[in-house]
Amino acid sequence: MPADTALPNPAGAAPAGGRELIRLDQVTKRFGGTTVLDRLDFTVDPGKHVTLIGPSGSGKTTILRLLMTLTKPDEGTITVDGEQLFPASEKERREARKKIGMVFQQFNLFPNMTVLRNITEAPVTVLGLSRDEAEVRARELLDLVGLADKCDARPTQLSGGQQQRVAIARALAMRPRVLLLDEVTSALDPELVAGVLDLLRDIARSTDITMLCVTHEMNFARDISDQVLMFDAGRVIESGPPEKLFGDPEQERTREFLSAVL
Amino acid sequence: MNWNWSTLDDFLPAFGHGLLVTLQALVLGTLIAFALGLVWALAQRSPLRAVRWPVTAVTEFIRNTPLLVQLFFFFYVLPEWGLTLSAMATGVIGLGLHYSTYTAEVYRAGIDGVPVGQWEAATALSLPRSRTWTAVVLPQALRRVAPALGNYVIAMLKDSPMLMTIGVLEMLGQARQYGSRTFHMNEPIVAVGIAFILVAYPASLLLRALERRLAR
Ligand SMILES: Nc1ncnc2c1ncn2[C@@H]1O[C@H](COP(=O)(O)OP(=O)(O)OP(=O)(O)O)[C@@H](O)[C@H]1O
Ligand SMILES: [Mg+2]
Repeated sequence: MPADTALPNPAGAAPAGGRELIRLDQVTKRFGGTTVLDRLDFTVDPGKHVTLIGPSGSGKTTILRLLMTLTKPDEGTITVDGEQLFPASEKERREARKKIGMVFQQFNLFPNMTVLRNITEAPVTVLGLSRDEAEVRARELLDLVGLADKCDARPTQLSGGQQQRVAIARALAMRPRVLLLDEVTSALDPELVAGVLDLLRDIARSTDITMLCVTHEMNFARDISDQVLMFDAGRVIESGPPEKLFGDPEQERTREFLSAVL
Repeated sequence: MNWNWSTLDDFLPAFGHGLLVTLQALVLGTLIAFALGLVWALAQRSPLRAVRWPVTAVTEFIRNTPLLVQLFFFFYVLPEWGLTLSAMATGVIGLGLHYSTYTAEVYRAGIDGVPVGQWEAATALSLPRSRTWTAVVLPQALRRVAPALGNYVIAMLKDSPMLMTIGVLEMLGQARQYGSRTFHMNEPIVAVGIAFILVAYPASLLLRALERRLAR
């Protein structure tokens, strides 16, 4: 996949045509009196892997949570694959949301269900798959994430790394167009991080799923990203392919941030 | 203290009836308290103020007035408004309603205790609200609160003699009736006291088993 087809205008107006999969238009988000995102625009093209980096509190998680409809913007529009998430009726939002999957820092597996059931629950109740179909799909995914033997285990019986793999399988079982990943390895013991990142590299390479990740793992970001967006105080201050952004950033702020984390 | 084993023998049939009535009242009262408490707890999370407020008012009122007053109200006042129920039905409803206001609080704590990440994961998977409740939130909440609910069942058992005051012949009612008929009070009362332990203790064991089941 060519890495240089990144968006030409990450911090400016989105291109006309609407080919993009994700589109934020003039999105503003406030918590109480503080403006966390200030008239943010950006778009992500189908199949691209975009990484958000930036200092703590710059609004990275907030963007993913907006896309997952876990929080609402105060102003602006958000669309995914041509369907509007905001503003939209609850019903429209429910439909559009199915195109998006998310993996959380804390895994958030359902402890009252087996591993297999965690993965089949939504395909059965939301997509209307039969239990058999859903289980076939779940077993394939468990195989992909290297946990074929853990079908009947409870999440609490698994290591953090294993739980996160199950969470990835669970998100993929819904066949989303977009996968949102918010610091998915930062709650893991150090020795478990590499395995999960390798799995994500694998998924990035072998599928056409669009990824939007927030990560502090710069090597991982360099490997999988088509485009890296540098955030600061709720704005994209710089964006570009990883070689450029990590190798020769234009903004002083980016340089400072990178030298602090690398 | 006067103690006569043959009196005990004589009391046994009445005692058997009383025990049955106590257990019936307990089981039915528990069903009502568990079901209605859940209704209260869910209603109190309604987005509609017109639902939340009346429910909060009613449950606070019931919880903060004595069960005995409520039993008298249902038994003596409701018939004047044309609603006549048997003593047993009145007692069961009174007991269940009273304790539903406690179980509502238990459910509420259990639901609040489910981490917000569980709701968020359900949203991320597009699970409908109803399914999120039944498949994700309630199973976790119930497991968390099973012991607290169990304690209220045992508390209900110990409050069940109040039904005697509206003429339900549960264990203590039978003992009193027997005593006033024969002037032998010691044996029946001691027997009833022991019976309460013998019911309450297995009940607590049963609850622990249930708790283990839910925890699986
Ligand atoms: N629910 C909330 N209530 C109030 N303020 C919030 C809430 N969520 C986020 N914020 C604030 O919004 C700002 C952006 O938060 P966000 O979590 O998006 O940052 P982030 O870039 O993900 O940071 P980090 O790298 O630490 O995860 C922060 O100042 C944070 O305190
Ligand atoms: Mg964050």
